[in-house]
Amino acid sequence: MQTGALAAEDVRALNGRLHALPADTNQRAWRVINPRGAHAVAVGLTQELEVVVDGHVGYYCAGMNEAAHVEIRGHCGWGVGENMMSGMVRVAGNASQSAGASGHGGMLVIEGDAGHRCGISMKGIDIVVGGSIGAFSAFMAQAGNLVVCGDAGENLGDSLYEADIYVRGAVASLGADCVEKEMTAADREKVAALLARAGIAADAAAFRRYGSARTLYNFHVDHADSY
Amino acid sequence: MTIDPRNARPSAAFPPNVIAEIQRAADQGIYEIRGLGTKRRLPSFDDLLLLGASISRYPLEGYREKCDTDVVLGTRFAAKPLELRIPITIAGMSFGSLSAAAKESIGRACTAVGTSSTTGDGGMTEEERRASKLLVYQVLPSRYGLNPRDLRRADAIEVVIGQGAKPGGGGMLLGQKISPRVAKMRTLPEGIDQRSACRHPDWTGPDDLTIKIQELREITDWQKPIYVKVGASRPFFDTQLAVKAGADVVVVDGMQGGTGATQDVFIEHVGIPTLPALRQAVDALVDLDMHRKVQLVISGGIRSGADVAKALAMGADAVSIGSAALMALGCNKPVHVADYEALGTAPGHCHHCHTGRCPVGVTTQDPVLEKRLDPEQGARWLRNYLSVMTLEAQTIARACGKTHVLNLEPEDLVATTIEAAAMAGVPLAGTSWIPGRDLR
Repeated sequence: MQTGALAAEDVRALNGRLHALPADTNQRAWRVINPRGAHAVAVGLTQELEVVVDGHVGYYCAGMNEAAHVEIRGHCGWGVGENMMSGMVRVAGNASQSAGASGHGGMLVIEGDAGHRCGISMKGIDIVVGGSIGAFSAFMAQAGNLVVCGDAGENLGDSLYEADIYVRGAVASLGADCVEKEMTAADREKVAALLARAGIAADAAAFRRYGSARTLYNFHVDHADSY
Repeated sequence: MTIDPRNARPSAAFPPNVIAEIQRAADQGIYEIRGLGTKRRLPSFDDLLLLGASISRYPLEGYREKCDTDVVLGTRFAAKPLELRIPITIAGMSFGSLSAAAKESIGRACTAVGTSSTTGDGGMTEEERRASKLLVYQVLPSRYGLNPRDLRRADAIEVVIGQGAKPGGGGMLLGQKISPRVAKMRTLPEGIDQRSACRHPDWTGPDDLTIKIQELREITDWQKPIYVKVGASRPFFDTQLAVKAGADVVVVDGMQGGTGATQDVFIEHVGIPTLPALRQAVDALVDLDMHRKVQLVISGGIRSGADVAKALAMGADAVSIGSAALMALGCNKPVHVADYEALGTAPGHCHHCHTGRCPVGVTTQDPVLEKRLDPEQGARWLRNYLSVMTLEAQTIARACGKTHVLNLEPEDLVATTIEAAAMAGVPLAGTSWIPGRDLR
């Protein structure tokens, strides 16, 4: 187990050590202590590493992650796992705004709640939230799955493209062009698999599905009220 | 029956083109969308003149005495700043808006003359990475195609806040240009009218931008220069905020800057011209004692070596061109005239980039039209044009007695109109008057 003590070294030194690991490294288990809300912790990882961050972090923890498994044993600021491509990012606490923003792949698990714009502009990532999510989540979400065990804030899925949203609790309101869709057997199977991967216990049958009505895909003056 | 001229008096408020636009809007129910930049007359570099050497200043001998043109961008924090042989770069233009052949032409030409080209909304193509020795990778609000691999193989990173044709607006690519390849790169369904976001998804405001830049530097191990590009509306404050946020380079795009597709009302009515934008950006850097420490790139309506020389004299470190580069590749060239006519236009007037029916293969995804631009030929044209611009700028710099184009200075400039004098902050020709000198 390698240790990065952010009381003793700065984020640059820690990230530099993580980035410098050779492809055949056997130093794959890392523990980051005293993160003290630092920004950009463990960003841009490209290897199958197991990184445990023991505490709270600031913005963009595990940003643009590829392959690595990053676990944050605390809360995190904006943009956790932003634009991640693959691997797994897990937040034991709550996540602030724009969690998983524009993520292309991999899985982001937030065991607590997530703030506004969770999954904004998502492009293929799977996001599973144990608690609730804030307003304008999945805004302009293009692809991937957002599974929410709690409630969703206002304007869920505004201007949605082809991402699928599953919510177990109440939805405050749907955004432009987002509609409730039939929860099929295939959807239940998919949600069950996502929950299992995320390690979150919930009954897939209790979720409702939301997706794009696709009425805004091509401009028409009669839809002007939606713009 | 003949028309009585007394009854054919045009209205200043409702001239024929305004009437036609009102009726087009009534007929089609959508605002006009088009490409390229503003068509209105604005104070510009044309309204400035350079003061050649006289008794008080020695000129340099043309072709005999050296006038250097190299410039280094990104010297503030980046371990590997961009070393350019000429102070003219190519602005960000997307694959999707442009054909792959156009992107490849640009990359090849830039490599040949020793300058950089820039990706656009939609990500980096293999063709442009292969063709471009120095490639700037844009991080845009849409994040289409953004990935860490391309971030690392870029030579610089440009965080795009806005562009001169539409400060405050996002991108637009109409369905007819969303080909299977473009759709795949952007993770979108084919054929939809794609509107890119106008705000970044994971930060708002200058304090967040500071942290975003820190993240990008961490991901790329502080190797790459980080540019911040703004559309010109409040360039004094935007430049200072970009510097405060940690930018190595600030790119300011004036309202003469082009676009692949935007509402005409946006292009013509939002933003400020390049001339005052440049002066305000330079003022901002001087105010912070960061002029020449954070490099400034200006764009928007740069067309000639004279424009380059004037921009450098006003304090820019380099310029960037977009529309002019496309014109070097054949945009609006009088060939395939019937295809211009099919679009309802003519060579010299075309702004139909948004349709995807570009008659010369520059702004299209149509496989037949795209073949009209041979990347090798396109590269030669653009290379020639960039070389001519550089030679023109050198000619002027030598005449002003400068051994380097970056030695041009505001004292080498005068303005021919009061408006340009006020906006550029240089004296009206024949006077020592700089209108508004004490005002910002």
